[in-house]
Amino acid sequence: MTLVVLPLIILFVKAFEGSDGSFIGLANFIQYFTTPNLTNSLFNTIFVSITTAIISVSLAFLYAYAITRTGVKCKKLFKFTSMLPLFAPTMMLGIGLIYLFGNQGIFTHLGLRLPLYGPLGIIISEVIYTFPQVFLVLLVSFSFADNRLYEVAEVIGTSPIKTFFTITLPSVKYGLISSIFIAFSLSFTDFGAPKVVGGNYNVLATDIYKRVVGQQDFIMGAVVGMILMLPAILSFTVDRFTQSKNQSTISSKSEDYKIKPNKCRDLVFTAYCAVINLLILMLLGTVVYASFIKLWPYDKSLTLAHYFMDSPATGGISSFFNSLLIASLTATIGTAFVFINAYLIEKTRKATLLKQTAYFLSIIPLALPGLAIGISFIFFFNADSNPLKFIYGSMWILLIANIVHFYSVPFVTATSSLKKLDKEFEIVSEAMKVPFYKTFYKVTIPMCLPAILEIAVYLFVNAMVTISAVIFLYPAQFKLAAIAIVNMEDAGDIAPAAAISVLIILTNVIVRVLYELINKKIMNKNLRSHV
Amino acid sequence: MSHLKIENITKRYGRHTVLSDVSLEVEKGEFVCILGPSGCGKSTLLRVLAGLENIESGYVIINGKDVTTVPPSKRNFGIVFQSYALFPNMTVLQNVAYGLSGKKLNKGEIAAKVDQAIETVNLGDHKNKYPQQLSGGQQQRVALARAIVIEPDFLLLDEPLSALDAKVRIKLRREIKTLQKKFGITTIMVTHDQDEALSMADRIVVMNNAVIEQVGSPVEIYETPKTAFVADFIGTVNFINSTSAVRPEWVGIGSEGGVPGKVTDIEYRGAFYRLFVDSQHGHLTVDVKADVKNHVNVEYGTDIFINIPNEKIICLEAV
Repeated sequence: MTLVVLPLIILFVKAFEGSDGSFIGLANFIQYFTTPNLTNSLFNTIFVSITTAIISVSLAFLYAYAITRTGVKCKKLFKFTSMLPLFAPTMMLGIGLIYLFGNQGIFTHLGLRLPLYGPLGIIISEVIYTFPQVFLVLLVSFSFADNRLYEVAEVIGTSPIKTFFTITLPSVKYGLISSIFIAFSLSFTDFGAPKVVGGNYNVLATDIYKRVVGQQDFIMGAVVGMILMLPAILSFTVDRFTQSKNQSTISSKSEDYKIKPNKCRDLVFTAYCAVINLLILMLLGTVVYASFIKLWPYDKSLTLAHYFMDSPATGGISSFFNSLLIASLTATIGTAFVFINAYLIEKTRKATLLKQTAYFLSIIPLALPGLAIGISFIFFFNADSNPLKFIYGSMWILLIANIVHFYSVPFVTATSSLKKLDKEFEIVSEAMKVPFYKTFYKVTIPMCLPAILEIAVYLFVNAMVTISAVIFLYPAQFKLAAIAIVNMEDAGDIAPAAAISVLIILTNVIVRVLYELINKKIMNKNLRSHV
Repeated sequence: MSHLKIENITKRYGRHTVLSDVSLEVEKGEFVCILGPSGCGKSTLLRVLAGLENIESGYVIINGKDVTTVPPSKRNFGIVFQSYALFPNMTVLQNVAYGLSGKKLNKGEIAAKVDQAIETVNLGDHKNKYPQQLSGGQQQRVALARAIVIEPDFLLLDEPLSALDAKVRIKLRREIKTLQKKFGITTIMVTHDQDEALSMADRIVVMNNAVIEQVGSPVEIYETPKTAFVADFIGTVNFINSTSAVRPEWVGIGSEGGVPGKVTDIEYRGAFYRLFVDSQHGHLTVDVKADVKNHVNVEYGTDIFINIPNEKIICLEAV
């Protein structure tokens, strides 16, 4: 908990301090808002994020509708493909665009000249990046439906359009609102895509990077860090609000939605899903292809050389193994940490105020962009007065930053799976004089195993792709794969950057598939034990 | 010509047959209850009538017109579900008006009809509330108002009372019955509750395992059930042998004369006592009034004599 709160407080304090450490109130913010360059990137960011949110939510809305409410074929495949961008660092999306539409891009050579570097490139990347996350939220909203409502409408003779606007749309209203905010704040804080395809178009995330890493201007970095948090905080608040509103609309008596056969509609939506899938596959496929090409676009013979490139300056294949190590540690230590925390909060029978505070603190990281976490960690761990200073500059700070950064979602997963267990387990065990840790080990953990696995995979995948928090914190001799991508791209080595991206996405897909297989086994076993 | 007629309907879910060659006729203004255990196909039959399920074979005929393939909206049914299925984002008023707004009516006419329907179910004070703000009984009344406001030819009720508390259920039972008689609306209700069926229906259709076991008035169903299933499903019954049975309240007891038996247990049921008697007819359940019990002086283990009047013996079809 301390690791969340203290760095944040320091970030907050720094934003109001002069370079000599004295309190100067809003002066930093005033300076920020009167510097045209800086405010410019704020407006750029807002423009990009709004456009992204509109496009991404519209596309994902149709996609989620297709998957849940129509008889589209190969839904599993469609679902899986649309999830692929989640497994890739956002730089990979930018790199894919460069190979397709950049100066030497495939389509550029075919005569399609797009002004890729700048807002267009950023928006396309962000749309693809936010699409799966928005889709997942909408998928959940769409899958909660009471078929009886539709039957009533049908018996009464309501037109399909009126049914859509009076039943379907209101039932997904909150999911829709949440997803707009999610798309907005994700693209508002993303660093990877603008870094690669942003060109001279400044956005906040690249600004903060230049300020801190380039000019060592930590104070202004803190100011931008604070601004970066705003949409996420807003989105977080909206989300809490909508979740509390959402509960009453669906009851246990509801019937699942039944899809009516309609060939024409299914055909249209299948085509739509296929197009979206093709676009995603084309983008990622191009990166895979390019990573094997000797010298794009001049020498198209195949090579594995890019995969073995390694340099002390930019990083390379060794960074990939560093990432594997950190991701594995994040997954194991992080999962244990998250689950035990959730258990303690959930099973504490007394002290509700303490419990609520702990719960609230556990949800906060959801609102924290990685860049803000990165900066606040610099302030916190690099302070001479901090006894933990030795952590700064070691790989452990990356581990801690990852766990804090990705803490909230697993925490919610763990809490809700714990809530499903019978509250009386502990009391019964106590009555039988079985110590609580034995119950925890023998009952709680086995029962929550699916959730635990899900948490581990979530932490692993995110630790593999993340760039935002760690970009400020990585030790020079311990580069992560995502950082290597940024450095290589900076140095013009796009092909090796592509190769590393491919390794990351491949690893994540393998981990995910393994998870699905194991999960299926557990589910089958559980089914048997319940019969 | 009957108002509603279904002929030889068969419906399958994969290999599982839910309705097997079912036929039934319903007269105008009738209140018909379809009664049966869960999974017997009764709800499916109702959904077939409404046009919500496709069928493998058979016909649905309304006023002599084949409507088997007519979509639900063209059949003019009002429907009420167990789960109320109210639109959570609309007020009572909007829920009831929902079905009228597509019809060619002006605003005044709609308002008048909606008001009348809401008054009919006694919800005048709750017009502007949302479903979540209402009790279960009130929600079901809204669903009822929404169903009748479109002035349907038929009212279909799918276990409308099952989700409610016992007291509310009995109150609403009477209200629905009164409303049905007042408007003379042909009503078909699905239920698994025998009391509900006996007290509300003009005719009861007893279903089991995808077929209709028996159709008849409540009195016929109770007093002259045709099959062992019907006899056993409605009320309590003593099987004397494979083709004859008797209701517990029709068995007489006395201190002499008749078949000898021994009382093995006694339950106090408020209005009566239920005795469990071992006799040569097997283990019998016998319901007697308190004064009879006291008169015969029945205790645990008492030897008594039982009488089964011949005219009260139910003759069952041999299976």
